[in-house]
Amino acid sequence: MSAGPHVAINAETLFTVGGVHITNSLLTSLIVSASIILFALIVRLKLKPTSRPTGLQNFAEWIVESLYNLTYSVAGNVKKSRFFFPFVATFFIFIILNNWLGLMPGVATVGIKEEAPVEKVTKETKVEVKQVEEVKDETGTVEEIKVEHETPIEVKKEATVEETTESEPTTHETVTSVAASAGENSHETGHTKFVPLLRPGTSDINTTLALALISVFMVQFVGLRFAGLAYLTKFFNFSNPLMFFVGILEIISELAKIISFAFRLFGNIFAGEVLLAVISFLVPLLVPAPFYGMEIFVGFIQALVFAMLTLVFFNMAAQHHKH
Amino acid sequence: MYTDLAAALAIGLGAIGPGIGIGLLTAKGLEAIGRNPEAAGKIQTNMILGIAFAEAVAIYALVVALIIKFV
Repeated sequence: MSAGPHVAINAETLFTVGGVHITNSLLTSLIVSASIILFALIVRLKLKPTSRPTGLQNFAEWIVESLYNLTYSVAGNVKKSRFFFPFVATFFIFIILNNWLGLMPGVATVGIKEEAPVEKVTKETKVEVKQVEEVKDETGTVEEIKVEHETPIEVKKEATVEETTESEPTTHETVTSVAASAGENSHETGHTKFVPLLRPGTSDINTTLALALISVFMVQFVGLRFAGLAYLTKFFNFSNPLMFFVGILEIISELAKIISFAFRLFGNIFAGEVLLAVISFLVPLLVPAPFYGMEIFVGFIQALVFAMLTLVFFNMAAQHHKH
Repeated sequence: MYTDLAAALAIGLGAIGPGIGIGLLTAKGLEAIGRNPEAAGKIQTNMILGIAFAEAVAIYALVVALIIKFV
């Protein structure tokens, strides 16, 4: 009996390697990176100079050509395009593969059940114990409405083991009635938590924040490289007080871009994951199909938007000359 | 009890503005393509860009609703 669709905002840790937590979304990102590198190496080794490429080389040339044409159409000249192209193409390919990997069968659904102590209810359980002690002779179990309300969606919380080691029979009853009302068959230690093995990399705010930071820092670098030190007059403009204020607004706007990039991508992919989980939980047959189609589309559009916005900001930064 | 209401209101009210914004954007974009079919590629590219910006605001509201519900 499932307790509800599995939704977790934080990516769950699978194991730790020397203090670094390897989460399931990190694992998926590593798989995507490894497959991109593998694809690039295979194409490079099998490269033949011909005007009629076939097979894998044809596919790779199609990808490179489309992305380069996109870059060139916005950037305008060859020198800028050649500099922008690696970043734009990598953002696009990495993000689209991460988004689409979340739709493959087995991702976010195949996982391990971990024993977890009772979550989030430290204070509440202690209060309930006092109440149970008072009415000990009248009722065996107390309806823990508050706790029942929390458990249908299993959210990872900081868990403590204190209350499960108390040796009073009423506490034991409290815990088992909680577990029974949540529909799990665990006995003394509380709920079992479901930890999926794989999860789309971009549904983790850490990944999208990292991509956003790289994008915005590269914009500053491009501005300094192509427009020289005149790029700094965009932010620190001392000609008159109004322009100084505009410079400060530009700095705030750059920070807002980081947040905007991160949350646009995270929100789209994570909300899509939640949507698919809830729809599959409600009606598993046939009804998820149009939502899957929408998720494929959304995954493509978000990758395209991230790459194109990066490209447009690169272009704007590179064009900033002294007025 | 109020958390459910808060989550529903957050996304419900937060989607009004972007909905209207995207509708206006697409209307003007289609009108521009109708007046100048040759520039359809450039118009479409910029339109998709504008729509992504407007939709991002709705996504912020959705993230707030999800955080209220699940955290």
